[in-house]
Amino acid sequence: MLVLIGVALVIIGFALRMNPLLVVTIAGIVTALIGGLTPLEILNSFGSGFASSRSVTTFVIVLPIIGLIERLGLQQQAKRLISKLAGLTAGRILAGYLVARQATAALGLLNVGGTPQMVRPLIYPMAEGAAEAKYGELDEKIKDRIKGHAAAADNVGAFFAEDIFVAVGSILLITSFVDSAYHLQLQPLELALWAIPSAIAAFLIHGFRLLRLDGQLNRMVAASRPAGAAAQAGGVQP
Amino acid sequence: MITSEALFWLIGLLFLAFATLIAADAKHPKRWTSAAFWGLIGFSFIYGTWVQAKQVPAWTLGAMVLAMVVLGSSRKLLTAGVVPTTSVPQREASAKQFGNKLFIPALCIPVVAVLVTLLAPVVKIGGTPLIDPTSGTLIGLGLGAVVALLVGLGLLKPKPSAAPLFEGRRILETIGWAAILPQMLSILGILFTQAGVGTAVGKVMGAIVPDGVLIFAVIAYCVGMALFTVLMGNAFAAFPIMTAAIGWPLLILVFHGNPATVFAVGMLAGFCGTLTTPMAANFNLVPPALLEMKNRYGVIRAQLPTAGCMLVANIAIMFFFGFPK
Repeated sequence: MLVLIGVALVIIGFALRMNPLLVVTIAGIVTALIGGLTPLEILNSFGSGFASSRSVTTFVIVLPIIGLIERLGLQQQAKRLISKLAGLTAGRILAGYLVARQATAALGLLNVGGTPQMVRPLIYPMAEGAAEAKYGELDEKIKDRIKGHAAAADNVGAFFAEDIFVAVGSILLITSFVDSAYHLQLQPLELALWAIPSAIAAFLIHGFRLLRLDGQLNRMVAASRPAGAAAQAGGVQP
Repeated sequence: MITSEALFWLIGLLFLAFATLIAADAKHPKRWTSAAFWGLIGFSFIYGTWVQAKQVPAWTLGAMVLAMVVLGSSRKLLTAGVVPTTSVPQREASAKQFGNKLFIPALCIPVVAVLVTLLAPVVKIGGTPLIDPTSGTLIGLGLGAVVALLVGLGLLKPKPSAAPLFEGRRILETIGWAAILPQMLSILGILFTQAGVGTAVGKVMGAIVPDGVLIFAVIAYCVGMALFTVLMGNAFAAFPIMTAAIGWPLLILVFHGNPATVFAVGMLAGFCGTLTTPMAANFNLVPPALLEMKNRYGVIRAQLPTAGCMLVANIAIMFFFGFPK
């Protein structure tokens, strides 16, 4: 039970907003020492763990090209394109992205989305462009809200649709663990089928929240401006 | 055969190039320590190939990782330099000039990634696959980025032509230490497992479930999956432990649940936890850094209500469809 001290250390460290790299490293070392690992074993785990998890840092490979097209005005072009289409709001754009993300993830195409290659260069600028067309200049708080929801739509869409594709990591983990531990013969296809109800629930719940986002933005903009200016901004919208 | 190691070398070289740019930047506030941080990561990506193949002792890389943590843990050692880029009016003008051509490189990434993923198991040379089919998606993303870069350079002819490197460095420096946090959390997960954290939590959860009532057992399994995922940052780590503690002995053996429904929905209950935890850094903390958000927890905040509703939905789905009437 003493090893749970490590978990507590992580929670305290994150709560105190200490540097997460330091929190995670210290919590890992303390837990491993309590759990009876030798310092050499701990260093070995750091090394092999880093080597075997390199794939999560793959996003770095897209930074040069994304940086280049942003330098040449990609985000501005995405906004220009969106502002020409009347009726598109930040919430509707993100809801549309949620659907597209779920549909592609269900087909196993997880890398089509993602914050580095899709949300930062395209989806977020479109949502922001739609909001700017409606409200004019946005303050940081409102931009932060739209950014948070843009990344969230990406995560929710991927999480609750990727399991519909049979050859995804979590389905393979379930079958390999359960089959070897309990001598079952689970069919990946059957597991994937049972991921569908949750995918529909996620679509309904998160889609509904995204459509309500526009109302929230309306209120945030109204609250952040003196009464006269809000009326003026309201006059701009179609 | 092209394996993911080739991609890791390319990423390693990219980190080393960024480190060189920083080292050459005399105006950088923390020139040498910042260059050392990114350079060490770059070297580790290449060195990791031999660690993975067990040709060098893993502790050597472990020592380098600890050095990275020290360098990345303080603003006195790691900060972002100032990289000149285009102004917003310049970008507006350039957007008018290039128009929708700007989207072509961006769309190359997913198109190539999908093609490589689909073709990886099929394309063979002399019987061996050209691309390692087990990491097709990963290699696809890497190739997509390379193709997109070549297309972008050819189509847009940027001046200077090294602009992609400068801009890549600028974005990476704004991400800062968060760039390697996901890997550090993977290491933490491994240490937790080795030290027996999982079994300890499993015992606690198993002990507090009241006997004989199906709905309580379903709630304990689903909430346990979510909570444990919050702690570990990863539903994969939670699944074997919660399944051994509650899923198999109670839901399947005592209540005769349908294994496919119980386990598939149980895993998704864990994903609800992933949406709420800073421990899942690659989903929840790297995106705010990438989007240059003021609030580091803004993505989690946007996801919390959905995570709560989805947990209830998963409990309901398992309860109503997972057990014989």
